[in-house]
Amino acid sequence: MPVAGSYRSIDFALSNMSNSHIQKVAVLTQYNARSLNEHLSSSKWWDFGRKQGGLFVFNPTQTRENNYWYRGTADAIYQNLDFLKQSHEPYVVIASGDGIYKLDYNKVLEYHIAKRADVTVVCTDAKEEDVTRFGVLRMNEDYRIEEFEEKPMASTANTISTGIYVIRRRQLIEMIERCAQEDRYDFVKDILIRYKNLKRIYGYKIDTYWSNISTVESYYKTNMDFLKSEVRDYFFKQYPEVYSKIDDNPPAKYNPGSQVKNSLISSGCIINGQVENSILFKKVYVGNNCVIKNSIILNEVYLGDNTHIENCIVESRDTIRANSYYCGEDGIKVVVEKNERYAI
Amino acid sequence: MIKKEMIAMLLAGGQGSRLGVLTEKVAKPAVSFGGKYRIIDFPLSNCINSGVDTVGVLTQYQPLRLNTHIGIGIPWDLDRNVGGVTILSPYEKSESSEWYTGTANAIYQNLAYMETYNPEYVLILSGDHIYKMDYEVMLDYHKANKADVTIACMPVPMEEASRFGIMITDGSGKITEFEEKPEHPRSNLASMGIYIFSWPVLREALIKLKDQPGCDFGKHILPYCRDNEKRLFAYEFNGYWKDVGTLGSYWEANMELIDIIPEFNLYEEFWKIYTKGDVIRPQYISSDAVVERSLISEGAEIYGEVYNSVIGADVTIQEGAVIRDSIIMKHTVIGKNAVIDKAIIAEHVQVGDNVQIGVGEEAPNVLKPAVYSFGIATIGERAVIPDGVKIGKNTAISGETTLEDYPNGELVSGGAIVKDGE
Repeated sequence: MPVAGSYRSIDFALSNMSNSHIQKVAVLTQYNARSLNEHLSSSKWWDFGRKQGGLFVFNPTQTRENNYWYRGTADAIYQNLDFLKQSHEPYVVIASGDGIYKLDYNKVLEYHIAKRADVTVVCTDAKEEDVTRFGVLRMNEDYRIEEFEEKPMASTANTISTGIYVIRRRQLIEMIERCAQEDRYDFVKDILIRYKNLKRIYGYKIDTYWSNISTVESYYKTNMDFLKSEVRDYFFKQYPEVYSKIDDNPPAKYNPGSQVKNSLISSGCIINGQVENSILFKKVYVGNNCVIKNSIILNEVYLGDNTHIENCIVESRDTIRANSYYCGEDGIKVVVEKNERYAI
Repeated sequence: MIKKEMIAMLLAGGQGSRLGVLTEKVAKPAVSFGGKYRIIDFPLSNCINSGVDTVGVLTQYQPLRLNTHIGIGIPWDLDRNVGGVTILSPYEKSESSEWYTGTANAIYQNLAYMETYNPEYVLILSGDHIYKMDYEVMLDYHKANKADVTIACMPVPMEEASRFGIMITDGSGKITEFEEKPEHPRSNLASMGIYIFSWPVLREALIKLKDQPGCDFGKHILPYCRDNEKRLFAYEFNGYWKDVGTLGSYWEANMELIDIIPEFNLYEEFWKIYTKGDVIRPQYISSDAVVERSLISEGAEIYGEVYNSVIGADVTIQEGAVIRDSIIMKHTVIGKNAVIDKAIIAEHVQVGDNVQIGVGEEAPNVLKPAVYSFGIATIGERAVIPDGVKIGKNTAISGETTLEDYPNGELVSGGAIVKDGE
């Protein structure tokens, strides 16, 4: 998913890996993989174009033994187990592509080794009331995980898993093979939770910015966080950098009539109207007399003249007819108008 | 055998002294343009968009910025197994060593490079023009005329014709005569400094004239071809083309990008201009900012007011600052409540709080009146301007200036402070 105007959510995990000097990265993908594959078409943006290691993209494939899609996180790893078996690196970092954070995985690894852990789970304190969309865990005073519940209906703990794990490669292979023999497919439910008393599973707590964009609300909120100067400073100005694919768009153009306040504007935008507390992604066109407030306009959207958009997320590459009116009344409205593309 | 039908040789060694302090530390083709680009991006993008994938870039004056910008050519897709972009700098030879003494001499010194590719045609370009041109169409024209040399020309107003090399043609486009900067021009077809040569013709001319001091295309090679009965043709080009060789034309060309429907459109998908962009993040416009009629590049942060200006990547305009009719290049910071009118401010400059630039009446520049004119204040790369000073029109500043450099806190119109920097 596009995030913060010029990025994709996976850029954060990939940049962290690159900045942690991890040289070999495999991306496991299956849902709507086209835009992701396009984004990952070259590994040079994250400095993975090396002779040793590099960036690998694994889609589900049919083999003689197997013709399933990835049936779960553990299954996705199982189906690509040969890659792990043929690697030489002693440790594996598992991360999801929808976390927005900066983290030096080497710190987690040092901790993992110091604790003599079998698995280390990176966790953080939940900032919102609702922890039910996360894995919730409770640790003892040594930070060993004693309780782990996946998406509980109600929970008293507020430490949540970020879905980032460090594990010894051979340990991972062993766990994944065993899991597959038992026809189990989920890394959290079938491995972490089942093994938590048997294996030494530790939590590594981070208190820096971490957010996950798995729901519309969290997606909206995470993007809007980038209007805060402290969040921008943390991600954009402090070392290390977040990398992304470079798109060769011209600078943004502000025509007469443009009035932009407290907003993030990406390259290639052309603005003729009012934009307030909003994020325009790349190559957005804002027509005359438009009013855009508290909204997220994704890549290559064309907004016809006199359009009013408030509290909305407008989907990528959409064309909104002139004189349209969209306003999210209670909550965020996702706008999708499948109009013919208007050629500029 | 490696064979390329047409290769390009891009002359990028010139100093561009008429750009004053802007080219003090970088070659003209490496000067920023349009917020995020550099001048050389235009011919390089034209090459790849025209299907020319082998480009030799001839550098000489201050090449560091150019070399790091071009690298192995990734932004322009010119990183190739065979061909691609190659930086050609002057080098020492066993019998003789010399700098590039003229445009054609530079090409002559790289005969070996060209021979590697066994080209049929060689395209000669210069790195200081802003335009979009399909060189393949020009090549078709060259072939259709069975020409030996084709010169891209554009019609200019008759009164300006005496500033250019002028071509006189018969009805078919064949050049019968040409004159360099004629006092009384007989035609208004001006050479754009873009040539296609059939390789054997170019090769022969370069070798014949190898001892010509300062061997130049306009002064020596073209007359030689004409005198030897070669077929010279003029290829008329009617698109946007701008020589950004003076501060005035450089400023104007930037300002033209801002027009609602600019004559030169950067937003066209079909003919993209590529560059090495080092800033990815979006720009931020604050609650108190005003931005009107401007181009703003990636990562800029605007807290003040910007009117009619071109702002480069990673520029910060602080609270209360007002920028009008100006060009501000990458990584520059403009202090609080500064007021800037009609200025060109190069990369990595620090302008202090409450500074006023572009005040007072115009006066001719004391240093180089012909360079620093047009009423523009020009500030060189990595300059530092202390808080609270006033700077007039037709001024030039480079280096780290302090309050002592400004008598009564002011650099009056026409003044110049040129420090060695560092």
